[in-house]
Amino acid sequence: MADIILNKIYVKVWRQNSPKAKGGFETYQVENVSQGTSFLEMIDILNDKLILEGKDPIAFDHDCREGICGMCSMYINGHAHGPDTEVTTCQLHMRKFHEGQTIVVEPWRAAAFPVIKDVMVDRTAFEKIQQAGGYVSVNTGGVPDGNVILIGQDDAEEAMDAAACIGCGACVATCKNSSAMLFVAAKVSQFAKLPQGKIEAKKRAKAMVAKMDELGFGGCTNTGGCELACPKSISIAHIARLNREYLSAKLAD
Amino acid sequence: MSSFMSASIGRKLLMSITGLFLISFLCIHLTLNLFLTFDDSGNLFNLAAHFMATNPLIKIMEPVLAVGFVVHIIWSAWITLENMRARPQKYAYGDQLLSWWAPAKNMFILGAMVLVFLVIHLVNFWIKMKFTGDPLLTSVNVGGVEMHNAYALVSNLFMNPLYNVLYMIGGILVGLHISHGFWSAFQTIGFSNQIWLKRLKFLAVAIGVVFAAGFAYIPIYFMIKF
Repeated sequence: MADIILNKIYVKVWRQNSPKAKGGFETYQVENVSQGTSFLEMIDILNDKLILEGKDPIAFDHDCREGICGMCSMYINGHAHGPDTEVTTCQLHMRKFHEGQTIVVEPWRAAAFPVIKDVMVDRTAFEKIQQAGGYVSVNTGGVPDGNVILIGQDDAEEAMDAAACIGCGACVATCKNSSAMLFVAAKVSQFAKLPQGKIEAKKRAKAMVAKMDELGFGGCTNTGGCELACPKSISIAHIARLNREYLSAKLAD
Repeated sequence: MSSFMSASIGRKLLMSITGLFLISFLCIHLTLNLFLTFDDSGNLFNLAAHFMATNPLIKIMEPVLAVGFVVHIIWSAWITLENMRARPQKYAYGDQLLSWWAPAKNMFILGAMVLVFLVIHLVNFWIKMKFTGDPLLTSVNVGGVEMHNAYALVSNLFMNPLYNVLYMIGGILVGLHISHGFWSAFQTIGFSNQIWLKRLKFLAVAIGVVFAAGFAYIPIYFMIKF
């Protein structure tokens, strides 16, 4: 069955020339868009049109377009990654929109994620949080046998669920406080459930939370919005674990 | 310790502990208030009010409760301001993921409305019983003990339809606040996981409904009965 063609849609997108420049919305008309195209392909079509018209194309982040790199970041019609569940913007398709619709596209809004240009934001803050403690220190040497340290299936699964975080920032974008707690919780949880991560657990929780606070992210008020927006459906139960890890680390001081 | 208390999780911990403490206070408060509907002579309520006014443990807990309220209110304002600073520029299209009335999104507003009710409540009862007195607050003898006729003061106010509506709204606001606050407090303390999250959320709504219905029942009882 052939895809339905949207004859005309309107894209109301945030345009901002530079981090310091004052931005504003511009509305563009896009014609003949197949509902089978992805959202980013639709932006590509729009950008081609803008280039042909001699205008500046819309700057946006994208890389793998397979829903795993976590680069694409657009706040579409009041939803991080658009009005679909468990997908990133690149995996969002135009079948979620209808003929004549005005689609509002905004960048992630957070003090810790400053706009670079248009809908492209700087998410270096996440890298800094990771560098503060989101790792396991290992000595170099021979590869240890895979079965030396046994890990229960439930623990392995839960650690893997946390490790599914792609660091896209939808949690921060959605949270009314621009809190990075779900991201930090996922990065702490993926180690907290594993014996290899336990050695540096106390240091990790304290360092990552301190860095998160320092970078200007808000605090968690448990609204649960992050969990709903997360393209990988990471549970806020991990936030409870982060709280536990952090509080027990602080108590041990 | 100071760095802990100014850290995002530290601040929230104080909110959750004071919040749970205030919920425990509300449990006692609601139980005593329901005595109003058990005995129309007022003796049961007067005895309970007298017990609360004279029991040494309650006397010790009264300033602790006041501190609990003050900390919960001041910290909430501090946290809210800090959190607003984390998003200097708002979305044009808003957040379409959670409904606009979701208690989770409106804890500060709900709390502020509860605070307005609390002030009215303190002026109506606590100040009169503690300090200024009131023509209705005569002495009454229950079982050989002289005590304030708190029932007269309270039941008189429940004859006022405007106050009754206000009281019901107050009860519902508290219920909504707790329907998020209860499970959120446990989440912040770290007492939660995939299974307990569901249980706590259910419990929070159940407790919220009990508080809202319990407090709203009292003016309804007075309106029907008298």
